[in-house]
Amino acid sequence: MSVGLLFDQTRCIGCGACSAACKEQNDLPLPIEERTTAYTWTVVEKENGANIRRLCFHCLDPTCVSVCPVAALTKTPEGPVVYDSKKCIGCRYCIMACPFGVPKYQWDRAVPVVGKCVMCIDRVREGKATACATVCPTGATMFGERDDLVREARARLVNEPGKYVDHIYGLAEAGGTGVLVIAGVPFASLGMKTDVPQQPLPLLTWQVLSKIPSFVMVWGVFLLGVHWITKRRAEVHDAELAGDDGGDDGMIRVVDDGGRRSGGKGEERR
Amino acid sequence: MSVQAAARRPAFRFGFYESLFGIVVALFAVVTLVRFTRGLGATTNLSDQFPWGLWIGFDVLCGVGLAAGAFTLTAIVHIFNLHKFEPIVRPTVLTGFLGYVLVSMGLMFDLGQPWRIWHAIIYWNPESVMFEVAWCVMLYTAVLALEFSPVVFERLRLERPRRIIKVVGTPLVIAGVILSTLHQSSLGSLYLIVPEKLHPLWYTPMLPFLFFISAIGGGIAMTVLESYLSKRAFGRHLEMDLLEPLGRGMVVALGVYGLLRIVTLSGNGALAGLAHPGYEEGMFMIEFAIGVLVPVGLLIFDGVRSSPSGLIAASLCAVMGFVMNRLNISVTGMERAAGVRYVPSWMEITVSLGLVALGFAAFALAVRYLPIFPEAPAHAVTHPATAPGRAPARAALSPESET
Repeated sequence: MSVGLLFDQTRCIGCGACSAACKEQNDLPLPIEERTTAYTWTVVEKENGANIRRLCFHCLDPTCVSVCPVAALTKTPEGPVVYDSKKCIGCRYCIMACPFGVPKYQWDRAVPVVGKCVMCIDRVREGKATACATVCPTGATMFGERDDLVREARARLVNEPGKYVDHIYGLAEAGGTGVLVIAGVPFASLGMKTDVPQQPLPLLTWQVLSKIPSFVMVWGVFLLGVHWITKRRAEVHDAELAGDDGGDDGMIRVVDDGGRRSGGKGEERR
Repeated sequence: MSVQAAARRPAFRFGFYESLFGIVVALFAVVTLVRFTRGLGATTNLSDQFPWGLWIGFDVLCGVGLAAGAFTLTAIVHIFNLHKFEPIVRPTVLTGFLGYVLVSMGLMFDLGQPWRIWHAIIYWNPESVMFEVAWCVMLYTAVLALEFSPVVFERLRLERPRRIIKVVGTPLVIAGVILSTLHQSSLGSLYLIVPEKLHPLWYTPMLPFLFFISAIGGGIAMTVLESYLSKRAFGRHLEMDLLEPLGRGMVVALGVYGLLRIVTLSGNGALAGLAHPGYEEGMFMIEFAIGVLVPVGLLIFDGVRSSPSGLIAASLCAVMGFVMNRLNISVTGMERAAGVRYVPSWMEITVSLGLVALGFAAFALAVRYLPIFPEAPAHAVTHPATAPGRAPARAALSPESET
């Protein structure tokens, strides 16, 4: 069970109450910028005459969470993907990897952190809806259990097929997201990424990373084996050259080597 | 002896390279101040659309990759027991160690909060490729320091620690090779998670293997170039009998790499775009030509491999092609999805140049004060078989001699 948001693009009037409420709830500095930044976590943009909200999609299996080397980003059991600015080292892999381009950085600061919508995690834990959903005057942003929201979205698409494009964005994108979007115009025209893979992206790297322990063992044994074989071969070769029986060549090498070192010094003295 | 040779030369000449070095380091110092007081936005052309630029693409990806000569050569000498290559192990391990130190310094500039870099040690995320890279780079830099330490111990005449390092020599080399295999390939794995962003000319599930094998090729090429630069700077002769087989190794590494790239590209249909080349296709063709076709085409000829100028030209091509490949993956191939063009700022370029300059200076200082190169006269090095006693005693690591 995890919560999410349903954004119905056809109901949005672009009033921006969600952005203002978000600023207040999360102590973000004004003004409300035109695009999302590290300081503005959600905005309503006008794309080809249609209103579309930008915010974190809160993936079910988030790319940002999987790439973060210090686990500053985590998926909470409640659903929101949250960020611990005290852990973050600033590698910006989350910004680079997020398939939706959500996390943003404080480029203007000497001590910067990442900024992104955290789905009002504090409110959610208190059992309240997010600030944006609470203030939305038209119900364009709806808060609830994701399963309920999926059912609601399906019902709207079925009941008013002429009004909506037949697609629930976030049902399968990146393996499913906590934020779902339904729209009256094609998603590409809303500036939304339509080439996002349908399976969770962390699988792509996990397929490789999960093989590391066995790889290390096989590779280590292989290298040790090569070392062992080639060393023995070299010893036999040396012994044959020296016209020796090859039995004690290990001893001979040690004696030999001591001789070499002192010999080197001797040369210098000479 | 190299120390004596150095002593014969004037302590400091203020020539062209020294002036250039002075200017670059002075600018580097200024930019460092700007970077840490004003932040990344004031210093770089990075943005939310393009969060990784030159410092990741060049300083980290190229720095680590071109330092791969160290693990390749220690593996050749201590795992494959081809001891004739020992005379070039020390300079190569030094190059590798300095390379990793510079990568770490570059990261200090690129990370938003570099003073927290130790967080990777206490906050774990084994699902993250970056976490794995961080650990491997950290451990491998330590391995390189240990592999190089006998040189310092020898200079300081510390016999006991030198013997201890020799005893753990083989496990150390094997650990170094494993760690290198992991993080060289993982730098490629970093990009596995952006299938819809990285241009299909560069994205392939084979990225980890391609990064590994191209690092071997690039690392060997760097070893050859470093021998050549040492020859010019320190008046040393070229050990052609050692460098020629390295040229063969380069052919194999670059050949496998090139074939694999063509196979994966024909598999995903990206080659079709070459019929109507645009920006990405053009960059790819230049990269593949100078990084693979030209060096392999040159080095398959015995005459080219055994001529210093031919070998050096081919190695230079391979290194430039390697750098271009990493920049194409980190910049060119990511631009279309980002929707913006990224060109590094002069300050970003200054930091990268400054780090390279510091690397050269550190190498020169190390050569001056430490026994890096074999002290032997030319005949002992060019024909190590005739003087087998000398080379092992001079190697950065020769665990066999103690066991």
